[in-house]
Amino acid sequence: MSVVHERTAPRPLTRPPRRTPGPARRATMSGVWPYLLVAPAVLGMLYLLVYPLARAVLISFQDFGLRQLILGDAHFVGFDNYRTLLTDPRFWTVVRRTFLFMAVNVALIMVLSTLVALMIERLGRRWRTAVLSSLVLTWAMPVVAATTVFQWLFHSEFGIVNHGLTGLGFTSFEGYPWLAHGGAAFGILVTLVVWQSVPFAAITLYSALTTVPSELYEAARLDGASGFRVFRSVTLPIVRPIFMLVLSLEVIWTFRAFVQIWVMTRGGPGDATTILPVYAVQTALAQQRYDLGSAASMVTVVLMSGILIVYFRQMFRQEAEL
Amino acid sequence: MSTRRTVRRLPLHLAAALTIVICLFPVYWMITTSFKPNRDIQSEHPQLLPQTWTLDHFKRAIDAEGFGLFWRNSVLVTLGAVLLALIVALGASFAVARMRWRGRRQFMLMVFVAQMAPWESLIIPVYIISRDTDMLDRLPTLTLVYFMMTLPFTIVVLRGFIATIPVELEESAQVDGCTRFGAFRHVAFPLLAPGLMATSLFGYITAWNEFAYANFLIIKQQDHRTLPVWLSSFHNTFGTDWGATMAASTLFALPALAVFLLLQRHVTSGFAAGAVKG
Repeated sequence: MSVVHERTAPRPLTRPPRRTPGPARRATMSGVWPYLLVAPAVLGMLYLLVYPLARAVLISFQDFGLRQLILGDAHFVGFDNYRTLLTDPRFWTVVRRTFLFMAVNVALIMVLSTLVALMIERLGRRWRTAVLSSLVLTWAMPVVAATTVFQWLFHSEFGIVNHGLTGLGFTSFEGYPWLAHGGAAFGILVTLVVWQSVPFAAITLYSALTTVPSELYEAARLDGASGFRVFRSVTLPIVRPIFMLVLSLEVIWTFRAFVQIWVMTRGGPGDATTILPVYAVQTALAQQRYDLGSAASMVTVVLMSGILIVYFRQMFRQEAEL
Repeated sequence: MSTRRTVRRLPLHLAAALTIVICLFPVYWMITTSFKPNRDIQSEHPQLLPQTWTLDHFKRAIDAEGFGLFWRNSVLVTLGAVLLALIVALGASFAVARMRWRGRRQFMLMVFVAQMAPWESLIIPVYIISRDTDMLDRLPTLTLVYFMMTLPFTIVVLRGFIATIPVELEESAQVDGCTRFGAFRHVAFPLLAPGLMATSLFGYITAWNEFAYANFLIIKQQDHRTLPVWLSSFHNTFGTDWGATMAASTLFALPALAVFLLLQRHVTSGFAAGAVKG
């Protein structure tokens, strides 16, 4: 395992080491074998990813409700679903809330994880191991288990948070029902998502920081650069690609908060924690408007793909050989 | 000298201690609550350290209706998905790492895109397709979805592992009379074992934790639910029994926590990026 570890360590984010072209070319094998070997993977991707995506696009252009689900006689309505969606003020509220949720989460995650990564780098061996281990434990906590625990932490009557806040003198928190207030529920979900996301970002940023050669720091210090200046002129340029990768991943992963939201609030109270994927599933599966739900999903995919392009550009710049 | 150093580093160590506390407190609170007797859980003055310990909550969680069944479902679905992904990925990553063929770049591009698939936005079409093909409420459907969720990552990582094994080893085995695939099986495969192990454990975690598809694809057949869905509906099972709820959460989280600690070296080297996301 150590061989593997050493070779993968300096290039984080699942990028395998660069291969030398020589041996590979010697190992050339022509014929149908490579195609047979990748066929199951390709077929799997076609049936389980491309087909559902195509189907969602199709449904978003159809009139597709419960009747069509059972009888299967959906017909085309062109852009009607998108028109209905884009003229619905509730949809725009959800879009704005999605961006707010994303901005707050990503900003907190990036700031906190950068600070944690810089801190780990300065720690001694024993402290570093302790911090890394607790980050790993937090990261390992399954989403549904963490969501359940947070519901318990913020329980109105016996929750430790209310108890602590009351004890500190904020008596208005005695029996405060967090999940009954829109803003408070939104805040808890942000806390939960940030708590779960910081470990990955911090560990990845820390492993990027370890690749900065120490000679550069010494040289900068000899030149009399201040701590902040060293960070801006030495650390940041080297870490920037990984930082951008983590940033775009976190933006994309905001949509995965679907699980936390669905388990904790189902988008409520009212609409206070409804973000786009929650809205899409509510519309489709609760109101049986599969067409509108698919249209909302496609809007989500279009929004995401903008960020995805940034992510892939960063990634392929890193990737020596695809 | 050393005292001055200690004082100078105090803010740093305070920050580190704060990080550790914030990270661990929810996990700690989950575990201790599950060991506390009910009167301590529902008390005006919660204790940070449990005074008396009890295993009642664990007993109630395990005896709860369906726990064994859902546990079995989760294990079956995840094992199936991981094994399938491993077999398919092994073939594909061998082709990518060891062979030259037209379309190799395009294939890897497809894998990278698949790794970022917007699964949250595919729930509706997957639900409709499963319904049309009579696959709703069936565990194999979940196995297939989880297989696809873990496959891209498995291919990317295995391809990296295979690339680190010198091809000369296999070539000398071929000179000694092995076939091409025999050489791979007898020489490279044993070297790959740790990589296979780590990769499959990460895949296992992804599938073990998955909630959305398990929630929306298993509707009528309650016997086919998996652990995350069961846990998410703890209000139905345990009502306001928070001790049992936390015991159930602990039992559910334990395998994941153990795997991560076991693989900590891999996790902290950034190896798992994109594989497991809480």
